[in-house]
Amino acid sequence: MRYRNKTINLFYVPALVLFAFFVVYPFFKGIYLSLTNWNGYSHTFKMVGLSNYRNLLADKNVGIAFGNTLVYGVGSTIVQNVLGILFAVFLNRKFRGRSLVRTVIYLPVMISPLIMGYIMYFFFNYTRGALNDIIRLSVVILMLINSLQFVGISMVIYLAGLQNIPAMYYEAAEMDGISTLRKFFSITLPLLMSAITSSVTLNLIGGLKLYDTIIALTGGGPGYDTNSLSTLIYRYYFGGERAGYASAIGMVLFLFIMVVSNVVMRAFQKRQVEL
Amino acid sequence: MRAKPALRILAIIVILVVFLSPFWILTTISFKPAGDSSSYWLFPSSPTMKNIRTAVEKAGILGAIGRTAFITLFVVVLEVIVSAFAAYPLARCDTRFNKIVLGFILGVMMVPPLSILVSLYSIIVSIKGVNQYWSVILVLLTYQLPMGIFLYVNFIRAIPVALDEAATIDGCGPGRTFFFIIMPLLKPVTASVAILSSVNCWNDFQFSRYILQTKRMDTVTLSIHSFFSQTYIDFSTASACALIAIVPVVVCFLFLQKYFIQGMIDSSVK
Repeated sequence: MRYRNKTINLFYVPALVLFAFFVVYPFFKGIYLSLTNWNGYSHTFKMVGLSNYRNLLADKNVGIAFGNTLVYGVGSTIVQNVLGILFAVFLNRKFRGRSLVRTVIYLPVMISPLIMGYIMYFFFNYTRGALNDIIRLSVVILMLINSLQFVGISMVIYLAGLQNIPAMYYEAAEMDGISTLRKFFSITLPLLMSAITSSVTLNLIGGLKLYDTIIALTGGGPGYDTNSLSTLIYRYYFGGERAGYASAIGMVLFLFIMVVSNVVMRAFQKRQVEL
Repeated sequence: MRAKPALRILAIIVILVVFLSPFWILTTISFKPAGDSSSYWLFPSSPTMKNIRTAVEKAGILGAIGRTAFITLFVVVLEVIVSAFAAYPLARCDTRFNKIVLGFILGVMMVPPLSILVSLYSIIVSIKGVNQYWSVILVLLTYQLPMGIFLYVNFIRAIPVALDEAATIDGCGPGRTFFFIIMPLLKPVTASVAILSSVNCWNDFQFSRYILQTKRMDTVTLSIHSFFSQTYIDFSTASACALIAIVPVVVCFLFLQKYFIQGMIDSSVK
C-alpha cells in the first residue's frame, strides 16, 4: 500500500532528530576537528589541514593498533563462525542435556564484556593464578576471550539456519549413499549461506569495534601493544590531550569499518542460494 | 550422523567446563575469606559472606544496580515508542526517499561509537550533558534505535496490508490505523526489542564512561571498572561486586531465554 498522504512520514521525525544530533552532527564535527590541533579543552585551536592524517601514517602506535584491530576483527570472526557452525551442528541433533549445553554456551553473551574481561583477569592475575606463568596476555588471547564470549550468537544464528533446511535434501543424499562429510559441504554449508552472511558481518563489526574486553584486561598495554583503534582513540583523547589527532584516527576507524563490512557483506550475499 | 555416546559426553563436559568456569571462579573468589590462599578452582572450605557484605555496604553496588536499572528502563520505553513509530512509515510507505532513510538508519548500526568520541563528547559538554542522566539516556537511545527500527520494519512488513486498507476504508487516518490496528499486533517483536536493548544498556560502558564521570552516578560497569582501576585491587570485594552485578542478568536470561534467543535471531537475519 502506498499512502498518498505523506504526513505519515512525520512518524520518523523524532528518530531522525536524534540521529541528526548524536550521529550526523558529531560525524561532521569529527571531520572538522580532525583537521585541527585542538587539545580537548582549550577555546583556541587552529586548522592544521591534513597534517593529523599525515602524522597518523607515521605513528607506530597507530600501526600496531590497526594490526591488532584486524586480528580482533578477522580472528574473532573466524573462531566464532567455525565454532558456531560446529556447535550448531552438534546441538541440532536430539540428545539429553542439549538445551542445557545451548544455554551454557549462550550465557556469556548476556554478560557485559567489561565484567567478563575482569573475570578473565582473575584467571591471569589472582594470587596463584597458574595461568599467569603459562600464558601471557596478548592480542591473540584477548581475541579468543572475545570469541568465546560471543560464540553463542553465531551458534543460535546457525541453529536457526539449520532448522530452515528442508529434510528432503538429506533424504535424497542418503538415497544416493553420500558420506556425512560430503553432505555437510554439499548441502548444509551452501544452504547456510544467508546465516553465514549475517553471522560473519555481525562478528566482524563486533570484533573491529572491540573495546571493553581490552580495557578490562590490559588497558591497551603493556605500552601500546594490545590497543585496538577504539582504545587508542580514548587514550589519545583523555590521556594525551590530542583531541584533533584522536578525531582523525576516529575517522579512519569509521571509514575502515564501513568499507570492510560492506565489502564482506556484498561478497557473501553473492554466494547465497535461494531455498 | 551418529557420534559415539562416549564422545558426545566428552564434548558436553568440555563445553560445560570451558563456558562455566568463569562463573565458577567468580563464585569461589567471592566466598573466599581473606587469607585463604587455596586455588580459585576450589570452593573455600569455610565460605564467608564478608565480601558480599562489603560489596553491598561499602562499595555501593546495589545503588549502581538501581541507577543502571533506572537508565535502562527509560531507554527501553523510549526506544519502543520512537522506533515503532519510525518503523511504520518506513515499512508501509515505500518511496525512494524512505528507502534512503531506512538505508541510512541501518548504516548507523555499524558506526563504531569510539570513532566519534571526540566530537560527541565535545557536543555533550557544550549542551551541559556531562554527569546528567538525560544525556546518557538520549545517547544510548540513539544508538539503540537502528536495531529497534530494523526489527519493527521487518515485522510490520509481514502484517498484511489489507488490514491497513480496511481501516482506511472505514475512515481511519494513518495515526489511528497505527494506534488501533498495528500497535496491538506488535507485542511479540516488542518483547525482542525491549530485551535486546535492555541487555545493551545494562552492559554499556563505552558511552557511560565519559558521560557519567562522578562516582555518585556510577552504573554497574562503571563501578566495577573503578574498582579494578585502583592501584591495590581488593580481589575479594571486586569479585563479590561482579557476582552481584551479573546475578540479575543471569536470572533474567534463565527465565526468558526463549525471548532472548528469538530476539537475537530476528535482529541478525536480514
